[in-house]
Amino acid sequence: MNARMELPATTHDTRQVANGYIGKSSPRAGSKRLLQGRGTYIDDMRLPRLSHVVFVRSPHAHALIKSIDLTEVRKQTGVIGAFTGSEIAEYCTPWVGVLGHLKGIKSAPQHAVAIDRACWQGEPVAAIVGQTRRQAEDALQFVKIEYELLPVIVEMADALKGDYVIHPELGDNICFQRELKTDDFDETFAKADVVVEKTYIFARHTGVTNEPRAVLADYQPADHSLTVYQATQAPHMMQDIMSRHLGIPESQVRIVCKDVGGSFGIKVHVYPDEMATAALSVMLKRPVKFMADRLESFLSDIHAREHIATVRMACTKDGDILGFDLDDLTGIGPYSVYPRTSGIEGNQVVNLTGGPYKHKAYRAKLQVVFTNKNVTCQYRGVGHPIAVALTEGIVDEGARAIGMDPAAFRRRNLIADDAYPYTFPSGLKFEKLSHHQCLDKLMALMNYEGLRAEQAELREKGVYRGIGLAAMIEVTNPSPAFYGVGGARISAQDGATLRLDPGGMLNVLVSVTEQGQGTEAVFAQIAATMVGVSLENVRVITGDTAVTPYGGGTWASRGAGIGGEAVLQASKALKVNILAVAAAVLELDAAQLDVSGNAVVDKLTGAQRMPLSEVGRVAYFRPDTLPMDFQSELTVTRHYTPREYGFTFTNGIQASYVEVDPETGFIKLLKHWCVEDCGTILNPMLVDEQLRGGVVQGLGGALLEECLYSPEGQMLNGSMADYLVPMAFEMPDIEIAHVCTPTKTSELGAKGAGEAGTAGAPGAVMNAVNDALQPLGGNVVEQPITPERVLLALGKI
Amino acid sequence: MSEKRCDISVMVNAERVERPVLVRQHLVDFLREELDLTGSHLGCEHGVCGACQVMVDGQVVRGCLTLAVQTDGKHVETIEGLSESGVLADLQEAFLNHNALQCGFCSSGMLLSALNIVRHYPDAKRVEIRDHISGNYCRCTGYQAIVNAIESVLVKNRSAAVVGVAL
Repeated sequence: MNARMELPATTHDTRQVANGYIGKSSPRAGSKRLLQGRGTYIDDMRLPRLSHVVFVRSPHAHALIKSIDLTEVRKQTGVIGAFTGSEIAEYCTPWVGVLGHLKGIKSAPQHAVAIDRACWQGEPVAAIVGQTRRQAEDALQFVKIEYELLPVIVEMADALKGDYVIHPELGDNICFQRELKTDDFDETFAKADVVVEKTYIFARHTGVTNEPRAVLADYQPADHSLTVYQATQAPHMMQDIMSRHLGIPESQVRIVCKDVGGSFGIKVHVYPDEMATAALSVMLKRPVKFMADRLESFLSDIHAREHIATVRMACTKDGDILGFDLDDLTGIGPYSVYPRTSGIEGNQVVNLTGGPYKHKAYRAKLQVVFTNKNVTCQYRGVGHPIAVALTEGIVDEGARAIGMDPAAFRRRNLIADDAYPYTFPSGLKFEKLSHHQCLDKLMALMNYEGLRAEQAELREKGVYRGIGLAAMIEVTNPSPAFYGVGGARISAQDGATLRLDPGGMLNVLVSVTEQGQGTEAVFAQIAATMVGVSLENVRVITGDTAVTPYGGGTWASRGAGIGGEAVLQASKALKVNILAVAAAVLELDAAQLDVSGNAVVDKLTGAQRMPLSEVGRVAYFRPDTLPMDFQSELTVTRHYTPREYGFTFTNGIQASYVEVDPETGFIKLLKHWCVEDCGTILNPMLVDEQLRGGVVQGLGGALLEECLYSPEGQMLNGSMADYLVPMAFEMPDIEIAHVCTPTKTSELGAKGAGEAGTAGAPGAVMNAVNDALQPLGGNVVEQPITPERVLLALGKI
Repeated sequence: MSEKRCDISVMVNAERVERPVLVRQHLVDFLREELDLTGSHLGCEHGVCGACQVMVDGQVVRGCLTLAVQTDGKHVETIEGLSESGVLADLQEAFLNHNALQCGFCSSGMLLSALNIVRHYPDAKRVEIRDHISGNYCRCTGYQAIVNAIESVLVKNRSAAVVGVAL
């Protein structure tokens, strides 16, 4: 081996790379295609002999399936086959959504298609495969099913009462419960000058990805292999799951994720209809596509939230927060969702409530119960919007109780910026946060004092404006502590493979997927910067288990921080190998060389020595000219796993300025601010709009979005005409600013930013509304804060 | 189920298309399934999200609420045609430079609404731009980048118009 190959990698500090792309607002190259209508979403694919599956879904929230007759269905033109749950179960084994580290969590086995019993309105009970979707849908009317209705549990309180148990074999309706209490809790609350208490209610809402869920499974009987084109966030997780539940070796299952029309956590779970589609492809030995329509999306995409939580806070009359007390009840539908479980959201609420503050006493109780509504699971923010709204709502109550300005109250109680590393009463460890810097920046950005003056002035004129603040912490870059330790085969590490192509281009393969947030763009920026090439000379490929390194994919704000670090490390290693080739060609010491501007250059003078295309040409086509003992390695792979902390926490603070019309209950969003510390900023333009998108999603949940159910368990507003989502007109301009505290756990220093907006916005806007209503004696505690709920709070209806 | 068809003759992106279509088939399904013009997307299929928007005789319509037979004798333009002709070039460049998209699923429809603003409301202010795109659902962005992108094109066009007058 050439001694020059053994040179250590140059230890660049990323933040000092001159003229690099890291931190620049480069446009995303990949979006040009999408803007011309030339993306490839699953429904845009065309395969020979493609067939289309539609699902018969239970019209009842809870019913025994006494009989299914598909005889007439099978006679219809274009119908390839019609199948019951038991027929599909021969090809797809059931699953149970539990994790070892959520002690005591339990759920019942769930089948791809229900066999004897449907447990929510919308659960698949039979599948029809047609030559066209139209023909399969037309055949739906010929399905004959005899149901026997069972008691329905819609309300969480009824589930808890347990007069009727949905899964008798589980003994009760409790999926998961957790309690924790610090030693000083009772004493602290007994001695406190002030204890404030509120019960908050958070409705169910759902993700409403613009592209509904989609999967196209293509089974090849010749080699017993399955290729699944899926709109998913976690291709390798799905590869493992398809393999284990369909009985196909992992190496023969390939998951390909092309363009995805939005995910937000919706597309990271195992869905019965998607598993059934893959099983049907095996059964029929031909490609089968399932494309959810919007109406079935509302009944089958995971829902989220649904909490009733009582929160208490103890403080001194001088304004020191002493402790929090939480009692959270959340309802998850009839099954814990596989494989991440539906216990994580409540667990996060317990972990995060009180998060930004320096109190020492904490008690929490969580109960997660089964109901006969659609399942709930991890959706953007996962517990954060609940924990932040509970914390910030009760913090405002405390400030009011002692007559202190809410900003001053927060300043007094936020964990000091020099207190890190810090262990929070729930057990979480924070590496380094910047609450006070963020608060200071926010105050200046929004002109807090000026707004307070304006608010007071307008109140004199009968205009009710409110200012709401919400400080927050966010879980990002999760370590194996999130899922892996619980037994889930979900990777916490990610990998990047970099190849220098003969023409001098960089080919970058990453296990993190692109869902539109711009991961591919930031990976290109990192690779271009760290290797020393121009951005247009980098191609990034993601989303194919047959091609990329193994990894976790996109969830929990991990893509940039974990995938980005893998790209960075691979880039450094490739650069070393490029220099080794150049050094061999030039007969120089590699330490005298560098890569810059698509060429190997003299390190001292910057003078070009050879273009990368020449390095590629020699390495690939004329290796005969290199020393006999030298082998070029122009493809390298590196992986990264965060391990030092369970999570790389970020922090931030948001503010909302609203005007409430006390006559109509309408809320006008005037302005929103968000100051966020996500560590190293890779692309300000991308991260800013990602934060704004998150804020708008949070505002949707706080003000508009609600999955309404009848007492019979029927979803009442399952269409976009009835379920309100945020549209451009009612959304405010959102000002973003950053504080930058890079994590020292990686060289890149990037933390996640995907969920911060959604986490903080509901608390900020709720506090703003309550600030506006305060002089009228009103206080809203239920989200979404509809005009009706405002008027109820004011006692007007 | 009977499969009634009706002959139509329609210009699609400047190509003449003549064929029998199912009378119950929506325009966007005809474009996607029969003509492989997959740039128009199905987001809700009930007229709310706007991802399926196309132009019929210069008017922006919902492809999921229009029947294919209704376009007989008309001129349909889709994102593919409007991209290739260069009509959308300024808006596409502005969307790219302002990051006015993430997943891109809404972009085809959003760009058509934006083109409608550029053509018919050249003096639109931000609040009016927000109003005009309120029939187009985007779950990824906070809409602000989209408003910024459209506004930048309007501003550019207005300054070009002023220069034109001065000359």
